Amino acid sequence: MRTEEIPQGKENKKNKDPNKAIYNVVYIFIGLFVLAMGYFTYFIVFRSNDVINSTYNKRQDVLAKRVLRGEIHSADGQILARTVIQDGKEVREYPFDDMYAHVVGKYVKGRSGLEDSENIRLLTSNINPIEQMYNDLTSQKSPGDNVVTTINAMLQQVAYEAIGDYRGAVVVMEPTTGKILAMVSKPAFDPNLIEEQWEEYIKDEKEESPFLNRATQGLYPPGSTFKILTTLAYMRQNPSFDDYVYDCDGSIKEGSMVINDYNKKGHGEVDLASSLAKSCNTSYSNIGKLLDRDQFFALTEEFLFNKNLPITMASSRSSFTLQKSYSSVKEAMQTAIGQGKTLVTPLHNLMIVSTIANGGAMMKPYVVDHVENADGGIVKTNSPELSTKPMTAQEAEYLGNMMRKVVTDGTGRKLKDLNVKVAGKTGSADQAKGKAHSWFVGYAPYENPEIAVSVVVESVGTGNEFAVPIARKIFEAYFNMENE
Amino acid sequence: MNLVIELTKYLLILLMGIYTYYSFQVLRYKKKVQQDKAYRIMTAAIFAIHFIGYFTLYLQILNDKILLLYLGEVILFIIILALYQTFYKRISRLLLRNMLMLITIGFIVITRLSYDKAVKQVGIIGFTFLSCLIVPEVVNKISWLKKFGWVYGVIGIALLLYVLFAGTTKYGATNWLEIGEFTFQPSEIVKLLYVFGIAAMFDEGTDFRRVCAISVMAGATVIILVFQKDLGGALIFFVTYVFMLYIATQKSFYLFAGLLSGSGAAYIAYQLFYHVRVRVMAWQNPFGYIDNEGYQITQSLFAIGTGGWIGMGLNRGLPTDIPVVDSDFIFSAISEEFGGLFAICIILIYINIFVVFTNLSLKQENSFYRLIAIGFSVMFTFQVFLSIGGVIKFIPSTGVTLPLISYGGSSALATILMFMIMQGIYLRGSAGRKEQGHKGSSEVKSQEGR
Repeated sequence: MRTEEIPQGKENKKNKDPNKAIYNVVYIFIGLFVLAMGYFTYFIVFRSNDVINSTYNKRQDVLAKRVLRGEIHSADGQILARTVIQDGKEVREYPFDDMYAHVVGKYVKGRSGLEDSENIRLLTSNINPIEQMYNDLTSQKSPGDNVVTTINAMLQQVAYEAIGDYRGAVVVMEPTTGKILAMVSKPAFDPNLIEEQWEEYIKDEKEESPFLNRATQGLYPPGSTFKILTTLAYMRQNPSFDDYVYDCDGSIKEGSMVINDYNKKGHGEVDLASSLAKSCNTSYSNIGKLLDRDQFFALTEEFLFNKNLPITMASSRSSFTLQKSYSSVKEAMQTAIGQGKTLVTPLHNLMIVSTIANGGAMMKPYVVDHVENADGGIVKTNSPELSTKPMTAQEAEYLGNMMRKVVTDGTGRKLKDLNVKVAGKTGSADQAKGKAHSWFVGYAPYENPEIAVSVVVESVGTGNEFAVPIARKIFEAYFNMENE
Repeated sequence: MNLVIELTKYLLILLMGIYTYYSFQVLRYKKKVQQDKAYRIMTAAIFAIHFIGYFTLYLQILNDKILLLYLGEVILFIIILALYQTFYKRISRLLLRNMLMLITIGFIVITRLSYDKAVKQVGIIGFTFLSCLIVPEVVNKISWLKKFGWVYGVIGIALLLYVLFAGTTKYGATNWLEIGEFTFQPSEIVKLLYVFGIAAMFDEGTDFRRVCAISVMAGATVIILVFQKDLGGALIFFVTYVFMLYIATQKSFYLFAGLLSGSGAAYIAYQLFYHVRVRVMAWQNPFGYIDNEGYQITQSLFAIGTGGWIGMGLNRGLPTDIPVVDSDFIFSAISEEFGGLFAICIILIYINIFVVFTNLSLKQENSFYRLIAIGFSVMFTFQVFLSIGGVIKFIPSTGVTLPLISYGGSSALATILMFMIMQGIYLRGSAGRKEQGHKGSSEVKSQEGR
């Protein structure tokens, strides 16, 4: 290759090796292509599995021709969804009927839940290539990957039975990791019977909205559970919050508006902690009057109000609209006690208490623990991820103490005799018509939190009466199980 | 039948692997016997892939028109091989085969995407090959081509200006001319004029004043393309010039200065033009803009990711979901249905062409031809890089075609013409040495055999 050459250019006489420049060009371009091929390889090996599992990827029909849709499992190995062959046809089967309806979702008449968000994964086979090639060549379908959830089947059952025929939602999460341990929304649908009962579900004569996942999409006024954030806002705006005192006589007036305590019963002189424990509306309305509304607004946005929750399931945005420029003092007072225009989803409320339980760090909730191939080999594992850190450890500890008092001396006393120390907050969110929504959010054990719970029961009455007993059953079940 | 189609998938990858292997091996072979054997195998691989591709399509679509098109293409290939290898005994057989291989893949994929477009494409490519038969001879024999440097440059600029004011807009860029029934992309032909012009002008000298003058001409061309919103085109022209300048002057200063000012210009373009920012946005976070700006690239990634290494099998994927799949995004369609391994082989074949091209440049003693060879080499290779890099999300997508594979008459015509000019230079290279009677000449010649 190396040949002596006479430089042709008239000005080029001082060149030693005119080919050197050309070699450099060769190196540069071959280098570019090596990088591109490296990226291509990296994409196919490491990234493609994640990328193609998008609801925008329309290849499910193409994939379904060669892969038998994978199974969905609970954390303890129960089969929540699987495909069986009946009379030569593939049928998707849900052994627990409507118990996991909203988490697992449905496959026919529009996908939802995990059947939707993990659709392409379930239709991707990661068994070994030789076996896959053999299946290809013999026209057999390869088994798709299985999705293993974080759901604890026992807790799910307890939550499902505890809420019974009420409308509402129960969500249980591990506050330190964001793992969802149980998620029930009622009324539900039976994914096995979608085709048969479709007309009925669509007509929805009783206005049950069975396909709505109330846990992530249901927007409720937070009622008194919101006082947790009001407290935090007050603490941040008033460094001497420990000195707060208010004399409660059962009602507070602002112009023509009167805000009453439950049964108009006065609480006497209360400080910040006892205001929360007794869920004193008048004291919090008073705080609402004192707060800087824009700072309050900014604080709720740090807690992801008006934002999409970091979860792959379909979810609604909670909303908080109080702002100085266009909100009245009256509205500020109502907002402070969780009435006003504020709306929150049960999952979001759970994330807020979990943040307190987890020393101020909000974890991203997740439902898929890992994906494995049909032989049990791990394809992908999800690890806990921090979402934001909206409060300090000190603030979390202080709020935790106050929430513990709710259980020891306040509206959550029904949980006091449990063999595990619970901290929490009740709520009764009044509606214009009908009875209040009953709320409870809390966690246990108080010193070293393992689970956090959020319960909402629609249109029944106080948190103490309906939501707290449901939460109690969950704590009992979880900690008895732990003791076994 | 399923078995057959699945089997062909593996067979296609195997054949492609064999072809690619020999395309590099043959560069090392010194003996004519070895080379002849390698070329026979490569020819066989092309025809086998061609047959299997159309056979698989026919099995699934069962349309007799496909058989007809297949037969037409086979006849075309045989004529091309026969004509060129008879008229030009010393033509680069490797380049000729690489072209046919890429064209074969293009034909199969375009037929799979749209039969009508495939018919058009076959017609244009057939016509171009036949009319280009004379080109290598012209380049080889006519030596006054280098005398009209400024003329090439000015004609190029005039053509582009005309398009800028009288052209039509397609996919956001105003770089099409409508002549009767045909739409035509003049910038493809300007590419050739541009390289010819720059090579001819540098051939006269590389003093600073001349460098400035030539740079102004090249810069004007690039700026017109920017105004046409043809980002990919502007980038290709710019990079080609910078590297030609570097080779002509042998000064790395120009290379660095060129690339640096290019980066500066890119930054300014990013600030000035929304359509530039959109490309970068869609590249950085395609899933954030999946409904609009990122739609095309995410669909492309779905295609590549779903295909994996082995591919879904011909006609068994869903590449039609990708907008403009038959031209700019054809690489994704190939990757989805033929598989990632096959796609890597295609990249290797392009690298192979690049190596042959630069080799040509190395062997040229005349700086005019030497510059043309390196200019075309950079132009062709950089376009391939932009095209493939864009669809795999390695770099922002610039919307350029994959030469010889993508659907598109102007691009096919200009690329084949470019290859035939290179063949002419190849003929010069081996002839030149013969006349000089250098000792090492036979060795050099046998680099690629006859």
